[in-house]
Amino acid sequence: MSARDFFFKKGEPMIWLAGTGLAVSLLLIFGLLTLVAVRGLGFFWPQPLVLIETADGKRVLGEILTREPVPEAKDGGQRIRVKIANRDLNGLDFRWIEEKEIAKRDTPPNALLLERQEYGNFHGFLKELRRGDEAIGGADAAGLARLEAEQARIRPAFEGLREMEKKEVGAINAALERDRLAVRRAEMKKDPDLEKLHAASAARQAELKRRYEDLRERLESQRRELSKVVATFVDANGKSKAVPVRDLVRIVAPNGASVWTKAGVYLSRLREFVLDDPRESNTEGGVFPAIFGTVLLVVLMTAVSVPFGVVAALYLREYAKQGRFVRLVRIAVNNLAGVPSIVFGIFGLGFFVYGIGGRIDQLFFAEALPTPTFGTGGIIWCALTLAILTVPVVVVATEEALAAVPAGMRHASLALGATKWQTTWRVVLPAAAPGILTGLILAMARGTGEVAPLMIVGVVKLAPTLPLDGVFPYLHLERKIMHLGFHLYDVGFQSPNVEAAIPMVYTTTILLLVIVVALNLTAILIRNVLRKKLKSSTF
Amino acid sequence: MDTLMTSSAPGPTAQAPIVSAPDPSVEGRPDVITCRDVNLFYGEKQALYDITIGCKKNAVTAFIGPSGCGKSTLLRCLNRMNDLIDGVKITGTIAIHGEDIYARGTDVTAIRKRFGMVFQKSNPFPKTIFENVVYGLRIQGENRRSVLEETAERSLRNAALWDEVKDRLRDSALGLSGGQMQRLCIARAIAVEPEILLMDEPCSALDPIATSKVEELIFELKERYTIVIVTHNMQQAARVSDETGFFMLGKLIEFDKTETIFTKPRQKTTEDYITGRFG
Repeated sequence: MSARDFFFKKGEPMIWLAGTGLAVSLLLIFGLLTLVAVRGLGFFWPQPLVLIETADGKRVLGEILTREPVPEAKDGGQRIRVKIANRDLNGLDFRWIEEKEIAKRDTPPNALLLERQEYGNFHGFLKELRRGDEAIGGADAAGLARLEAEQARIRPAFEGLREMEKKEVGAINAALERDRLAVRRAEMKKDPDLEKLHAASAARQAELKRRYEDLRERLESQRRELSKVVATFVDANGKSKAVPVRDLVRIVAPNGASVWTKAGVYLSRLREFVLDDPRESNTEGGVFPAIFGTVLLVVLMTAVSVPFGVVAALYLREYAKQGRFVRLVRIAVNNLAGVPSIVFGIFGLGFFVYGIGGRIDQLFFAEALPTPTFGTGGIIWCALTLAILTVPVVVVATEEALAAVPAGMRHASLALGATKWQTTWRVVLPAAAPGILTGLILAMARGTGEVAPLMIVGVVKLAPTLPLDGVFPYLHLERKIMHLGFHLYDVGFQSPNVEAAIPMVYTTTILLLVIVVALNLTAILIRNVLRKKLKSSTF
Repeated sequence: MDTLMTSSAPGPTAQAPIVSAPDPSVEGRPDVITCRDVNLFYGEKQALYDITIGCKKNAVTAFIGPSGCGKSTLLRCLNRMNDLIDGVKITGTIAIHGEDIYARGTDVTAIRKRFGMVFQKSNPFPKTIFENVVYGLRIQGENRRSVLEETAERSLRNAALWDEVKDRLRDSALGLSGGQMQRLCIARAIAVEPEILLMDEPCSALDPIATSKVEELIFELKERYTIVIVTHNMQQAARVSDETGFFMLGKLIEFDKTETIFTKPRQKTTEDYITGRFG
């Protein structure tokens, strides 16, 4: 046999082909992960602020982002993209500058990057710091130190104030709403004591309104106090801009900063991203509500879909008489996994939201109508919609797991006089548990990545409250939620400032991946513990 | 075991059709299991033809024969395990102490509780050794710690496994060796105090040492239980059993004292089989 024949007989080409396929898949996955990681994780690292003077004498201060050839340029000139910020002064965050027009570049050490509550970042220099009419700091290093000290004092106090406002005003509003609903309920029931109730309600409402006025006044005076300190900055062209220190989220002087200072800024930004609420229509600030919503949604979805899927698979595999009908059911269930997910969303809207939710409103929350309580999108409907979507995955995995339990085990149990149910419950299910957990893992992965159906059954761009809080009944299943997947879509394609939001898209993607991996790792750990308990023997 | 002694009214087959020479040890004991004219069909295919056989109390009855002869099928009829297979039809009567176990309205799980069954391939549950042994008690609702522990120790001692596993009762049963697993299955079967032990080729997956241990065990167990064993190892049948039935193609060719079957069989086929001319 010639060497070539032998090469083919051994199946060498097929092995190479299979190996190449695997290598390409791995390359794609790692390429994607690397791209996302580089783009997303680098975003928080402070970049130097470059002062660029163009030939016409205009100056900009900004971060240089990319450099590329000028389109259709004959001389092969390059241009750079600069983030110039100062949206309120320039109207734009970004600018292209052709390199041949640049007269001078400089990195002034006193250049500041200010992250503001509104209008995005500001690039410029400190001019002065005032409290009321009194100047308390100048443009020098001492002035900057003073500014940082004031910001460190005022900003947390201001945020605390807003937090308190949200909480206390929210509590008063909730009390007012409760009162209104109580009266409405009495009216609907034609309560004989209606007059008395109206009077009592009016009194209570007056009291609540008075408390609200008090609160507002108190908050307002504190806010005035905190707003007294105002910093004035100038941009590269000397245009000045006054900003109350309470609105400064973060002050960075990137040009003179050491690596450690930069690392500190990096961590502080990362912390804000993971733990804070979003700002500026989601393009800045954090994504905590979205993380919370996603995780809670996946947990609720799993809690519904796994028991349902396991029970369905149990019946199909263990109890139903195997035949044409069961085969049909099985095919139908498997094909459910191939239905476009938006269809599930529409079904969820029609069946859960309008159907069940609407009925619940009529029966239990009639007094609140026409404002819907459950008859509108909410986390519970999101969870149920995703549950239907993922049940087939659980059913298929569980059926496989049940089928893999050796017949000998069942026979041993039955021969001991166990009923079929005892056998299923005590022997078959425990033996199938690792396989069922595999189904759970797949279902979670599928559910976490799903966005389309959620957009119409309760995921929103910005949810004012989390579905879990300190107010009875603590878990508010009717509330709308934010979701990382939807956040991605919203920030990347629907935000007013798409360009500024691109890095957010990458970071959010990383976060979503981290959550999927974390949820899966938990399930895999549990499965491994179970497998160890069931480890098979070697003769 | 007292109940067994007193309750055994001689069955309808007190006079077995094929009776061997009188033997003081087995002869005269009452039949615990009696099969009369048992025919079994898997759908259209007939697997057993007119089997009439009796298994004596506290004796080991062996079923031998070539593969597919129906010996395992008959064994599985005794505790109604064939019910698990779709399309099985059985005619004739099978009775324990004269009580027809295929009678209408019989509680199958109650029947099965009177039998312990050991399978060809050891099949411990994916649980701890302890939980394996007490499984039968648990499904009967027994949850008292003391009772369970006592039963586990007694059963494991009777299955000659106690000394090997007493320090690792909380470990997975799937970590045992093949022979230990099979003895664990025996312990599990006798933990519920059955009257009869059914063994379906219990040693066919074991090495010679493990086999001899199980055989010794069978010898001891027949003091307390009526044992029916299916084997295709003829030496094993000769070593452990008191009476032997030789099956072929679904028919009971010859049933007699083991000694007789192996020394002076009356049928030519039996002789051919045990001398190794076929099978």
